[in-house]
Amino acid sequence: MVQQQATSRWKRQWPLYAMLVPAIICVVIYSYIPLVGSVIAFQDFTPFKGWFGSDWVGLDQFRYAFELPDIWKIIRNTVVISLMKIVAGLFVPILFALLLNEINKMFVKRSIQTLIYLPHFLSWVILGGILIDILSPSEGMVNQLIKWLGFEPVFFLGDNRWFPYILVLTDTWKEFGFSTIVYLAALTGINPALYEAAVIDGAGRIKQTWHITLPGMIPIIVLMATLSLGNVLNAGFDQVFNLYSPQVYESGDVLDTLIYRVGLEDMQYSVATALGLVKSVVSFAFISISYWLAYRLANYRIF
Amino acid sequence: MQSSSWGRSAFQLFNYVFLIAMSILCILPLVHILAISFSSSAAVSAGDVTFWPVDFTFKSYSFILDNPKFLTSVGITLERVVIGTIINLFLAVLTAYPLSKEVSAFRHRTWFAWLFVFTILFNGGLIPWYMTIKMTGLIDTIWALVLPGAVAVFHIILLLNFFRALPKELEEAAFVDGAGHWTTLWRIMVPLSMPAIATILLFTLVQHWNSWFDGMILMNKPAHYPLATYLQSIIIKLDFENLRQEDIYLLGLISDRTSKAAQIFLGTLPILLAYPFLQKHFMKGIVLGSVKG
Repeated sequence: MVQQQATSRWKRQWPLYAMLVPAIICVVIYSYIPLVGSVIAFQDFTPFKGWFGSDWVGLDQFRYAFELPDIWKIIRNTVVISLMKIVAGLFVPILFALLLNEINKMFVKRSIQTLIYLPHFLSWVILGGILIDILSPSEGMVNQLIKWLGFEPVFFLGDNRWFPYILVLTDTWKEFGFSTIVYLAALTGINPALYEAAVIDGAGRIKQTWHITLPGMIPIIVLMATLSLGNVLNAGFDQVFNLYSPQVYESGDVLDTLIYRVGLEDMQYSVATALGLVKSVVSFAFISISYWLAYRLANYRIF
Repeated sequence: MQSSSWGRSAFQLFNYVFLIAMSILCILPLVHILAISFSSSAAVSAGDVTFWPVDFTFKSYSFILDNPKFLTSVGITLERVVIGTIINLFLAVLTAYPLSKEVSAFRHRTWFAWLFVFTILFNGGLIPWYMTIKMTGLIDTIWALVLPGAVAVFHIILLLNFFRALPKELEEAAFVDGAGHWTTLWRIMVPLSMPAIATILLFTLVQHWNSWFDGMILMNKPAHYPLATYLQSIIIKLDFENLRQEDIYLLGLISDRTSKAAQIFLGTLPILLAYPFLQKHFMKGIVLGSVKG
């Protein structure tokens, strides 16, 4: 009887298993095997001995990594830059969505949306190329303007006092349009009857914004804020890599760029993997907490 | 009442001016680069070019379009975009369908879903990933740009949530008529999910067009670079190994800035062309992504 049930279930469900096979093969090879490969963080890895033939050294690589001269500065840079990005990436779009919501002319509203989220679709190679040109101290458009106003030109991408803020500013430039649209989408879900009732009660626009629009946005704001928590160690490799240079390592070198240089330029595979593993574990903790918070606070489920 | 409506108009005026100014500011850098790319190098180095070309010329573009390396990299990018997008979409549809089932209809559904979701929560890091791809023999082949990212978990989640929001009755009716899972997926679910699939299609196209990092580390020979990686090596790194002797001579004539600007613009052009479509599906994609079935 039980056997029969199992057979008939198998008959009905086997195509569902079969459909998953190709994708499972892919993630096993390109996601799970690398996970196994991270054992080299605990070895003195030499390529010809392989993942399991190399000498085991316990936590030596981690000790070495955390005694690198700049490691704490790099961790600090990573956290500071990503936190600034998270904050800017949260508040600028909220402000924009509220202001855009006050625009009644659909054509103007749509045109503004079109312009502000264009940079989201361009890569950091393209945006990096543009920024290197316009921020150049000798010929760049921005410095031409600064000189014309009578100030000294600034080497934005080569000056440690400026570089982190340029990262935050340009990241906001690329991404705020995208998030603005997310917030605007949330605003369209607010019941218009609430506004009508508020008008009858004599509430002006500011009061309406404060008592209806903002509270209506709270769930999505909470969601975006909690989900962005997972990025605390992601200062944005693509952006930093395409904009930085050795003279701004002091303020702009981050974990991902360090891992890249140690691993693929200096070929210290084990050290780079150890650093990567630490980053993965910490990020995993943050992402899990953020998803859990998003679930508790905003009833968000991934699937 | 009078004063509040006056305040309202003042605010409206400020609001319009501010938002329009900010949004123009967002694309001014792009306009500047476009203007540079169509200007003569003399005008550019004299600092005369702002937002409109000076001494209009196609020289930079003809210089780039004569460069076989540029054209080869465009070819490689087109190849990866086509192959990569097909594989990506096919796998997303095929994987999202079983995962969209209830546990009663597909017993191990949750278990498999976590198998995929876990890969976005935790990864083995750059070096083991690189070594795995090397071991599977993909280095310096087009497959290195396509296979490692073939399973896009976020797209699968988006699609499975869309599948779940479709009325169950359609599926049940198909089963009653004797259709199996395979037929139901391709004949019923896929045609009904075109908005979601179009969103994923566009995102995948843009992603493949823009990817540069995988090309940089997985291709040993610059001749195998896709366009984005090639541009990275020319515009950001200025890799002299990648320039021929005559290129360096010509660069002196064309001015580095105009030719870089032209390459930046050519690298952006397909995205600008796809932009109206992107925009159309963008809102839908966001709504799909945030509203769960």
